[in-house]
Parts: sequence; structure tokens; C-alpha cells
Amino acid sequence: MTYLTRRLLTFPLVMFGVSVLVFVAIRLVPGDAITAMLGTEAGLLTPEQKAALASYFGLDQGWFTQYARWIAGVLSGDLGLSVTYGKPVLEVILDRFPLTLQLALMAMVIALGTGLPLGVFAATRNGKASDLGVRVLAMIGQSTPSFVVGLLLIYVLSVGFGVLPAMGEFVPLWQDPLANLGQMILPAITLGFAFTASVTRISRSAMLDVLSDDYVRTARAKGAPARRVIWRHALPNALIPVVTLSGVEFGYLLGGAVLVEQIYALPGLGRLVLEAILQRDYALVQGTVLFIAFNFLLVNLLVDLAYVALDPRIRLGGN
Amino acid sequence: MSTIALAAMLGTTAFATAASAQTLRMAWSQDATGLDPHKQTAFSSIRLLELIYEPLVRLDDKLEIVPALADSWAFTDNGTRLTFKLNPNAKFHNGARVTPADVKASFERLLDEKTGAAARANFLSIASIDTPDDATVVFNLSQPDVPLLAAMAGINAAVVPASEIVAGSIGTTAIGSGPFKLDTWEPNAREVLSTNKDWAGGKVAYDGIDISVLPDETAILASLRARQIDFALINDPLVATLVPNEPSLTLNRTPVLAYHVLQLNPSRAPMTELKVRQAISCAVNRQDVLDTALLGEGRITGPLTMPAYQSDPASLFCYSQDVARAKALMAEAGHADGFSATVIVATGEPPTAASEAQVLQAQLKEIGINLDIKMMELNVYVDTWLKGDFDMAVALNGGRSDPYTMYNRYWTKAGNLQKVANYIDDRLDSLMQQGRVETDLAKRKVIFAEFEKHLTEMAPWIWLYTGYTYTAQQKTVDGFVSSPTGSLFGLTSVTLKP
Repeated sequence: MTYLTRRLLTFPLVMFGVSVLVFVAIRLVPGDAITAMLGTEAGLLTPEQKAALASYFGLDQGWFTQYARWIAGVLSGDLGLSVTYGKPVLEVILDRFPLTLQLALMAMVIALGTGLPLGVFAATRNGKASDLGVRVLAMIGQSTPSFVVGLLLIYVLSVGFGVLPAMGEFVPLWQDPLANLGQMILPAITLGFAFTASVTRISRSAMLDVLSDDYVRTARAKGAPARRVIWRHALPNALIPVVTLSGVEFGYLLGGAVLVEQIYALPGLGRLVLEAILQRDYALVQGTVLFIAFNFLLVNLLVDLAYVALDPRIRLGGN
Repeated sequence: MSTIALAAMLGTTAFATAASAQTLRMAWSQDATGLDPHKQTAFSSIRLLELIYEPLVRLDDKLEIVPALADSWAFTDNGTRLTFKLNPNAKFHNGARVTPADVKASFERLLDEKTGAAARANFLSIASIDTPDDATVVFNLSQPDVPLLAAMAGINAAVVPASEIVAGSIGTTAIGSGPFKLDTWEPNAREVLSTNKDWAGGKVAYDGIDISVLPDETAILASLRARQIDFALINDPLVATLVPNEPSLTLNRTPVLAYHVLQLNPSRAPMTELKVRQAISCAVNRQDVLDTALLGEGRITGPLTMPAYQSDPASLFCYSQDVARAKALMAEAGHADGFSATVIVATGEPPTAASEAQVLQAQLKEIGINLDIKMMELNVYVDTWLKGDFDMAVALNGGRSDPYTMYNRYWTKAGNLQKVANYIDDRLDSLMQQGRVETDLAKRKVIFAEFEKHLTEMAPWIWLYTGYTYTAQQKTVDGFVSSPTGSLFGLTSVTLKP
């Protein structure tokens, strides 16, 4: 069996585990969709009214029947109906996903675009004041939670300058690219801030490792220009840990940047799942978590494949 | 090539903006949880649905009952028949006229147990509904029921099209007869409302409302500062008190009917003992809790919060703190050394709940009661609360314009929330029933004053205070009238300056 087929075979197993976990977890939380909708007024319902609502929300069946029904639907591509939205879960997810995907991609571009050069820069100036400066910055970046960065940005912009990112009024990229980027840039910076710091640190240390390798010394000895040695010889080999890190981080970002979406009032996947949990919208919580898990697996697979492309010495599958 | 495309796109945007009409940009932190007016009881849902649907009558800003879909109404036959004349101009958003058949179908849906409408409990005296002609609806009642009219003034008694009930589409499409039509609804993100030009209730001076859901109220304040929104609903008193600092903003502040209360559970020892409950009532300094937890943003209240029935709180049992008396009462009850109890509190609902609990904890400590504060997520809290599974609970309970409708659930023997209140006596029950059938307002006031006096003396709950409902607006927004129910219906009289 090749590496790829083995990985693909574990996919359904992991997904099954996730589906059971999320199904049980959301039901263990006290309160159901009825109390979430009616609040304390739910106490005014007669037993018959309660029974009617329970059957409407599908809560009148045992857990096993509920799970069997749900999973049968999932296998045929039907994630169920969201009770808050009155729409198919998949439709709601696909509605919200582009925003989160765009946010994650932008955060990643920011992180790699600034983190990588900074890391390489610091590595080539190992021990000098500029290296120390970059390292201190990276430490601060890694230890500041994203919501602090977000709130600071909002506060400074609104109080100091009287301007703000347009909150709540989200415009998709294909409708008005400029307005969209205007809205997304601050959340992306907020989200990418800690990510940038991690990329800086890891690319710096990976670069330091590689710079002391034999082939780099050989290249230098041959008289290749310093810039070429760094960017053409050393960097591709230093990228492996950066790719690993980015893959894992990107998976998390796709899982919904809950806090950032909440602070900037962006209707993305993270806020969707948060609201769904608060509303006890079981089908929506289950569907979203499954969707996120699937993305995570997919991204990790792509990362593994990227290794081979970067460094031919790595052979996946190694039987 | 790309520059041309970009320029073209910018051109279309600019054109669209120029052509777009006058819109009120609004924000709130909690969105509606659904569109079915008969099923949605959450404050946040009602705020939206009131703009779209209409009941037969509504409450104005002084809590007087005024016409909505009905032009006039009258109780006849000793209060057992309630007759409405409908406004002949009233139309649903789909263009159809509002007929007595729609009213009948709506109330039958509400009364059907399969609907699962929480407000059904208020309409149980309706025995049958007649529609003698195309403008009249007659409700035949099984007993005189004066509070029924006030219950009908709520959006939970909204009239929906009979055709939509048959189609089963109430809750997925919002077709009402109110001042605004719902164009789009993206739950927890935004809704777009356009003005209903055919609204029988009058003319609205702008073209629509664009609502953003901004979960964080400081972010709402920030967007008001940045002039990105014109109007906002604010729940957190801490945020509200910051609004007047901004010269371009106005804060609207109105006392509400909802009340903050410390609920004791009189079915649990030692709260089973009257003297212990009275001791707690005497130990609490209501003004201190209000000043510390709510920045003084409210006023001390007894059980009756509606202006027409309010009495002077100073006349009620132990409304000024008396620690010596509290200690004496504790000793008489055999609890001179105090006891320990837990108090449940919902996180962030209201935003001041945690600080209220902390101040109460400190005050009760003085008479030896050790309160253990249990913070719970709202749904967990509601679940626990409905089961009556608590020693004490810090709660913000909704109010109604009529004392009977507000309290029959707790303080009548058949009340649906009797097991949450866990306390009833014959006197409370009989005063409630007397108040229900009495049609003379002066006599009703006497009955309910007696009810209030007795209730505070028995101290199953410690009523604390009522807060304010807040809205904030740019100075360019004119004419908003706020209401003690928190309704945003006053937006219909707003004008926008450019």
C-alpha cells in the first residue's frame, strides 16, 4: 500500500470518531433547543406542547436512533436541517466558509510574507542586535492573544482616528474586492499576528541549522554570492519545518478563528459554530465540526505531499 | 486591462451608492433566534418581530392600549365577549387584506398545543372565535378576563396570514402587516428591512433599516463613534453610561418593566422558614446593590413595576436595610450562626448579574449567610431554573403591563411556573383571581396593592430594582420614542437628517 492510500483509508475512521465525539459532547451539555429558543418562558409550556416541540426538533428519539438517522443522512451527503436557520446545514456552512477561508489565507500570506524574511534576516545576523530585536518582537507576538491585538486595533482606530473597519456589513470578495479587502485586512492582521511570530522563530532556527550544513559551506567555498547561497541553496531546505507549522496552523485557522470573527463581527465559520452551540442547534454543530475536521485532515495530507516536492530526499511510504 | 475592470467596478459601486435611498443603519448585539412570532419569546427576537408583524392592539410608550390592526374594541356581556373592529386598510406584505379569518386562524394556531406557543397560557379563557362580517372578530370567553386585552397587545399574539399557516411557512418567511418588510435575514450577521409603503399605521419617513449584529457592545459604541451606524440598542449599562461623553451621540434611557430579583427557594431549608426569608429581605441594602452593580442606573422597586400600579417602595416590608432586625429574625428562627447556600447566576445575562451576586454575597455575610456563587451559561441556567433546582437565584425577569399577566405564572395555584417559585398561599392566589376578573381600574389597584404588600412580607423573593432600556443614536436621528417594554416600534416615527 502506498502512503497516500493508507492516509486516505484512515480518513473515514477519523471522521467516524469525530462524529461520535461531537454527537455525544453536544448532548451532554445541559439545555436543549427548546429552552435555548424560549428561555425561561419554556416553563409555560404544557406537557403536550413540550412533546410537540420535542418531536419538531427531533429530540423525542433515543440517542442511538438520532445518531443513526444523522449518520445515514451524512453518508448520502445530507448534513441535516439547521433549526435556527431553517436551511440545510451544508448550505449554511458553504455560505459562511468562504469568509473563513479568505481570512485564513490572508493571515497565512501575512505570516509567511513577513515572518519568513524576518526569520532569514535574523538567522544571517545571528547574535547581533538586529537578531535580538527580531527575537524579542517574535516573543511578544507569540505571547499576545489575538483578541488583545484585535481590541487594541479597534480601540486605537476608533478613539484615536475615528475610523473603523466596517463591522457586520460583510461584502464578499467577488462583489466589491476593495471594500472586502478593507474589511478583512485588520482581522487578517489580528489573526496572522501570532502566526507571523511563530513563522519568524521557526524559520530563523531552521535557517541557522541549514547554514551550518556542509553543502552551504561548499557553495560558499565555490564563491557563490551570499544572497544566492541563502535564497537558493539554504532556504528550500529550511522550509520543511515552516511548512509543517503552517499546515497545522492553517488547519486551526480554518477551524474558525472564533475570537477574531466575534470581535470584528464577521459572519464566518467560527462564529457560526459558537452561535450554534449557544442555540443548541445540534445538526449545525455536528455538521460544522465534521466539516472542520475534514478540512484539517485534508490540509495535513497536502502538507505531507509538499514535503516531497520540497526535498526529494524524503520518500513517503517507506515500506 | 485590470485597471479598466477595477475602474468599472468602482464606477458601479459609486453609482449604486448615489442611487441608494435613505437607510437607517442600526446595530444590536443579540440577534433574533427565529421568525415565528408565536414561538419566539426571547427579547432579541421580539425586538425584530415587532417591526414586521402586528397584533390586534399594541401598547404605546405610556403602556396604554392603542389600536394596531384593530380600530376599536369593547368588552360586552359582563366581560365574557371581546369584540374587535379591524382597520379596513390593513394589508399583509404579500398584498392581501387582513381579514377576520386571518385573526381567527392566528389565534387558533396559537391555542393549538402542537404549535408550542409559550404565550398560549395567557389565552386559555378564549372559548371560541366568531367572524360575523368582514371587519369584525368576536372572542367568546369562558370567564371574564380583563388582562386578556393586554396579553393581546404583545407580538406573541401577532396576526399572521391564514394562507401562510396552511402552507406551513410561518417561521421561514416573515409575512406580516407591520411597518417593515424583511428583505434578507442572515442570522447573527445582519438583516435588511425595507419600509412597507402600504402600512395602514401611517408613513415611515425613510426607506429601510439595515441591521448589523455586533456581538460586542464596546464595538457597537466604537461604530457609533466612527459614524458607521446611526442607531443602536444597548444592553450593558456600563457601555450606555459612556455614550453621553460623545458630543455627536444621544442616549435614550427609559425605565423598563423587567425587574432584578434575588429569588429564594422556599421549598429548601432553611428558606422554608418565613423568618429566615424576612431576615434576608432586611439584610439586603437594595440601593447599595443598585449603586455598586448597576452604577445606580435604575430604581428600587416592589413586585409591581408598571407605573399605573407602582407603590412607594418605602412602604413595603423591610425595604430599608435593618441588619439588627435581620439578625434578630435569624436568631428567632434558630439560625443565629447563619448557614451556607448557593446562588445561581447566568453569565452575562444581564451583563451585571455577576456583580449583583457579589454584592449580595457580601451583604448576606453580615448576618452569617455564606453564599456560594455558581456562574452558569445561560441555557444551563435556564434549565436549572426551570427545574427549581437552586437555593437562590439572581434573575432578571420580564415584566408585563398588567399585574395579573405578569405574575399569574408564579403566584397562582395553577401557575405554570409555580414549581420555580415554590411558594403559594391562599391569600396570594385569591388576590390574583380577584384582580383578574375586576374591571374597575380603581378597585384593581387596591387589590394589587394588597397583593404586593403581602408578597413582600412573605418574602419568597427579594425584589431589588428595575433598570433602564437604552438606545443610542446620532444627533442626525430625530423623533425616536422609547418604551418601557424596550420596543423599537418608535423607529416608525424617526426622521433622518442628511
